[in-house]
Amino acid sequence: MAAMLQRDEWKAFSDFLALGAAGLLVVVGLILALAGEDRVIAFHGCILLGAAGLSFLYMLTQIIEKKEPHDATSYADGVIRAGVIATVFWGLAGFLIGDVIAWQLAFPVLNLDLPWTNFGRLRPVHTSAVIFAFGGNALIATSFYVVQRTCRARLAGKWSPWFVFWGYQLFIVLAATGYVLGVTQSKEYAEPEWYVDLWLTAVWVVYFLVFVATIAKRREPHIYVANWFYLAFIVTVAMLHIVNNLAVPISLVGTKSYIIYSGVQDAMTQWWYGHNAVGFFLTAGFLGMMYYFVPKRAERPIYSYRLSVVHFWSLIFIYIWAGPHHLHYTALPDWAQTLGMTFSIILWMPSWGGMINGLMTLSGAWDKLRTDPVIRMLIVAVAFYGMSTFEGPLMSIKSVNALSHYTDWTIGHVHSGALGWVAYITFGALYCLVPWLWHRKALYSQRLVEWHFWISTLGIVLYITSMWVSGILQGLMWRAYDSLGFLEYSFVETVEAMHPFYVIRAAGGLLFLIGALLMTYNLWRTARGDEPVDARDQPAVAAAPEFRPGEYTAPAE
Amino acid sequence: MTYEQVASISQVAALLFFIALFVGVLVYAFWPGNKKRFEEAAKLPLEQDPEPKNEKDD
Repeated sequence: MAAMLQRDEWKAFSDFLALGAAGLLVVVGLILALAGEDRVIAFHGCILLGAAGLSFLYMLTQIIEKKEPHDATSYADGVIRAGVIATVFWGLAGFLIGDVIAWQLAFPVLNLDLPWTNFGRLRPVHTSAVIFAFGGNALIATSFYVVQRTCRARLAGKWSPWFVFWGYQLFIVLAATGYVLGVTQSKEYAEPEWYVDLWLTAVWVVYFLVFVATIAKRREPHIYVANWFYLAFIVTVAMLHIVNNLAVPISLVGTKSYIIYSGVQDAMTQWWYGHNAVGFFLTAGFLGMMYYFVPKRAERPIYSYRLSVVHFWSLIFIYIWAGPHHLHYTALPDWAQTLGMTFSIILWMPSWGGMINGLMTLSGAWDKLRTDPVIRMLIVAVAFYGMSTFEGPLMSIKSVNALSHYTDWTIGHVHSGALGWVAYITFGALYCLVPWLWHRKALYSQRLVEWHFWISTLGIVLYITSMWVSGILQGLMWRAYDSLGFLEYSFVETVEAMHPFYVIRAAGGLLFLIGALLMTYNLWRTARGDEPVDARDQPAVAAAPEFRPGEYTAPAE
Repeated sequence: MTYEQVASISQVAALLFFIALFVGVLVYAFWPGNKKRFEEAAKLPLEQDPEPKNEKDD
């Protein structure tokens, strides 16, 4: 009785805290909306006011009606379903804007001569949408799924997981609308201004607490390796985000702020952040995804768990030093450049260790590559991971970098990682998750997955090959001298020379977008519960657990 | 102490520290006593979702 009373008290306390936080945000939104010194912060104040007000009212009705989850001992999947929908939505938005700006580069008239639609403002919308909105939602959703399953514990917190989800969407909306309206602190991949950074910090700390509290109450002796990777991603991103964004706002009700670093220190902090965003957001987090979804889909344990332990510790200790390779031949001291280059090359080993671990999980079951396009997507993602983690160290070598830096080769390299690795491992996870989370017997159509796979792969190949050619051409033209020692080409001649490759790249991006639209249609039909057209061709693991023969024991009641 | 001295000491110290760390990781990963734990852990994702039912809505 006393325990129950205490439990009720805790519940009331947590409801009170959630309501109090929402109420406080209503006040902050109101202050920014009324006292904001510029229009953008007033607009963002209105968005915050609306979002906090709605969540306050929603929570209040839930608390008054005393609504509780049906079974507090089962998994919390609602927030994961929301995360899957958000991942698909932001993915489409990010791919679309990416392709629009690719066409803008080929045909500058598409900038429309408007401030809001020019390349400079849309480019951070694209990068933030694909990395943070698409990738971030995919990581939050899959980490919530994986941590519950491998710890056999319900997600910690009642309101907190939903705060992480909605708070993160609010961060995305504030960041993206800020960019379009011209608000940026001009740090690559860290463009949002100080108040949006503060908001993300709050969301991220709650995300960390939810994740760690779920691990703490696990009913498994082991913490599965995927959770280690997710945890490294969450902790490191928090550290990177806070250190890189230390800034002093000129007013507490204005958008503008100044970063506390200057000169080469600022550049080094920025690329320490930037490269570790690649290392811990786009690599460690998605490796967590790989270590769960590849074995799960292949129905085989990971090739070598020992290798995964070595992979984890060596990857996280080496990645953090690789950032200076973004600053070769700059004011950064030579030894720091060499350090960055050396660690980038060493990084090849753990990266390929991880790739081999993922690929070899399929050993003895290679036929699944032919019969199951979802596992093919996951495995091709790992292959792309291997390819771009070979290309990266190569490009970090100073003499190679002298040719590749500031050219399109870098863009091609980033996209072989982003499209081939990050997006494909996410697509594979989404194709797994939707039937599992919506309790369906199979995906709506496996043939559509085949179409998605081949159309997108063709798109990626067009993208990266055109950027290789364009980048090397650009680099060679920049360093070409005539017999008198003058530069052979003016800058605009190099821009002209790149035009055909820009068209090919934009066409490749369009194919990738079409593939994602096919996926959206397929996932939507699956979630809606439409009868699968080719359920017989699909592996048993495509079905939700309760529909897999011989694996599921029905509830006693 | 000059800058060069500090730099060389810290470089050697970091080198030794990282090698020791890596050796530690290898010893931990390949320690015979850990074999069984790792094999159990490797099976974690394959075990069926233990919960009888997932929540229908929330």
